Amino acid sequence: MAKTVRQISTRAGKRSRMQEAHDSFVFARHLFMVVIIAFIIILTGVIITLGPLDISVAEAYRALIDRLYPGYFEVEPLTSRVVWNIRFPRIMGGILAGFGLGICGCVMQAVLKNPLASPFTLGISAGAQFGVSLAAVIGISIVGGPYLLVGNAFLFALLCSGFIIGLAAIKGATSETLILAGIAVNYFFSAMSQLFKYFADDEQLRLMTSWGMGDLAAFSWSKIPLILAVFGICIPLLMLKAWDLNIMTAGDDTAKSIGVNAEHVRIFIMLVSSLVVATVVCFTGTISFIGLVAPHMARLILGGDHRFLIPASGILGAVVLIAADGVAMNVIAPTVIPTGIMTSVIGVPFFMYLMLKGRRKEFWA
Amino acid sequence: MMIQLQAKGIEFGYNSSPILKDVSFEIGPSKLVTIVGPNGSGKSTLIKCIDRIISPKSGSILIDRKDVNKMDRMEIARNLSYVPQSSARSFSSNVFDTVLMGRRPHIGWLSSSDDEGKVWEVLRLLGIEDLAMSSFGELSGGQQQKVLIARALVQETKVMLLDEPTSNLDIWHQLDVMNIVSDLVRKRRMTALIALHDLNLASKYSHNIIMMKRGRIMAVGDPASVLTPENIEAIYNVEVAVRTQSEAPFIVPVKQIKTNGTRPIPDNRPFTNGKSKSRFPHSFFDIKEIKLA
Repeated sequence: MAKTVRQISTRAGKRSRMQEAHDSFVFARHLFMVVIIAFIIILTGVIITLGPLDISVAEAYRALIDRLYPGYFEVEPLTSRVVWNIRFPRIMGGILAGFGLGICGCVMQAVLKNPLASPFTLGISAGAQFGVSLAAVIGISIVGGPYLLVGNAFLFALLCSGFIIGLAAIKGATSETLILAGIAVNYFFSAMSQLFKYFADDEQLRLMTSWGMGDLAAFSWSKIPLILAVFGICIPLLMLKAWDLNIMTAGDDTAKSIGVNAEHVRIFIMLVSSLVVATVVCFTGTISFIGLVAPHMARLILGGDHRFLIPASGILGAVVLIAADGVAMNVIAPTVIPTGIMTSVIGVPFFMYLMLKGRRKEFWA
Repeated sequence: MMIQLQAKGIEFGYNSSPILKDVSFEIGPSKLVTIVGPNGSGKSTLIKCIDRIISPKSGSILIDRKDVNKMDRMEIARNLSYVPQSSARSFSSNVFDTVLMGRRPHIGWLSSSDDEGKVWEVLRLLGIEDLAMSSFGELSGGQQQKVLIARALVQETKVMLLDEPTSNLDIWHQLDVMNIVSDLVRKRRMTALIALHDLNLASKYSHNIIMMKRGRIMAVGDPASVLTPENIEAIYNVEVAVRTQSEAPFIVPVKQIKTNGTRPIPDNRPFTNGKSKSRFPHSFFDIKEIKLA
């Protein structure tokens, strides 16, 4: 009887209890996006205050706004210079790196249908590390000067993923092919890097090791436009595939039956995300935790719709990365702990909390 | 005669081993047709070839006389929907989002309220509206099967392909799923082609049955003409008794026919197709063209 009444009321235009529940869920998804964007803005202001020079949160925001709208606020020149030239570029770099790695982790997990996939599954980090080793030990690089290491890291990161994608295009782009090829390439380039380490002197060894730990120190305003340009092209392309990624989690056969060419989408996503990851990794080194865990955090909170999941993974990746970097810079100042180490130290407990308290059956189904 | 779905000379194989050999048939609109046969007979492969999930080596599939080979993937998805055998997923989403995926061939990046309305309508039709916000991975096998049928339904196709939709279900849910499909065929005038193991379910619900073995169609026709003791023995190597239940054949297995571990190739066995044996004087491998109107 109750069911009949509900059906009649639905026909009359009134929304059913489940429709209302769904509306609330969709509203909560949008609200969550707004909240994490607001949170990252607040977090940025807080992190700017951390450092040897005392700056309040209000001063930090005033200094940032003053640069965008000169004369709007009165800001001390020293504060302005410290905020704009030292602290904010590093945070901006962290936001971009975390955003890129989070997004790429999310799309990689979807196309490889594997919760353990990350932006580095295709051997990008091993390739980049090899490029750095090559430049550091032998001095061979495609570009010289300040881009000696960065240029090589970028080139070899792309070479690695390009090789795997090429292989997959010839042999069939199944997720198993890509993961196995990625593992093989990872082992090969890791072994080559180890070989270089074996012959490296102390200074070369220090350079290679610190790059491998991942750090945001390389970011400055001169690098950010390049990253923004790559992101500006690549991330909308990834977002456009959000529907297809939703469908691909149901398997290739289902994807094809609903009109999605799974192999083509997989190769496209790999190509675009490799470009994003190579752009990030050549500046930051290997920060592996973000791309693996940020998508899971987003999935636990938002469910499986990639239209929300992709941007949320990026923003959560940025939040974790800049929070970890803020702690890494200041916890035992003046010593700076490499960001890659601190992201795991900060992120793992948070992730474990979400796994234990969250809707864990939303994934691993 | 109206033809909804037509297969002409479908051949498929991996490397040199053929799986489908010269499969041809025609199905009219608003028909429920089942494909039966032993494991490895090519039922699922045929379903996938029809939906172009895998590409046949030769032959053509026509829907409303339009060649599927000349359609892009989205157009195929607007004409044919598919319910897979496995519901395994790498990441789960809720039931509403899972069903909404079926609207992909009709929408761009944003789903409209009209698309969402169609999802709610189908969820109500199948009696699973209350599960809309549940995680797909938490559902029972029967509920998951209904969700997959709902996803295929919102594709709004004329032909639905189902790959062993009852394989992991208890008897109540087997009947439930088959009743749903049967209702859709009757009320929405859809055509359903179902790969099925259970001969009694096939008998109860089918307008016509295609019986396959080793990639070939061996017999075809209405249940009474196909599900004969001779055919079943020839195809399955099982001796059966056939009773009549509600005007449909009801199969009672009697015993396996011992084959020393391998099934004999039944080229020389007598085989009937609901007519006298003289209708097929040669080996039934000679059957080429079958029409199911």
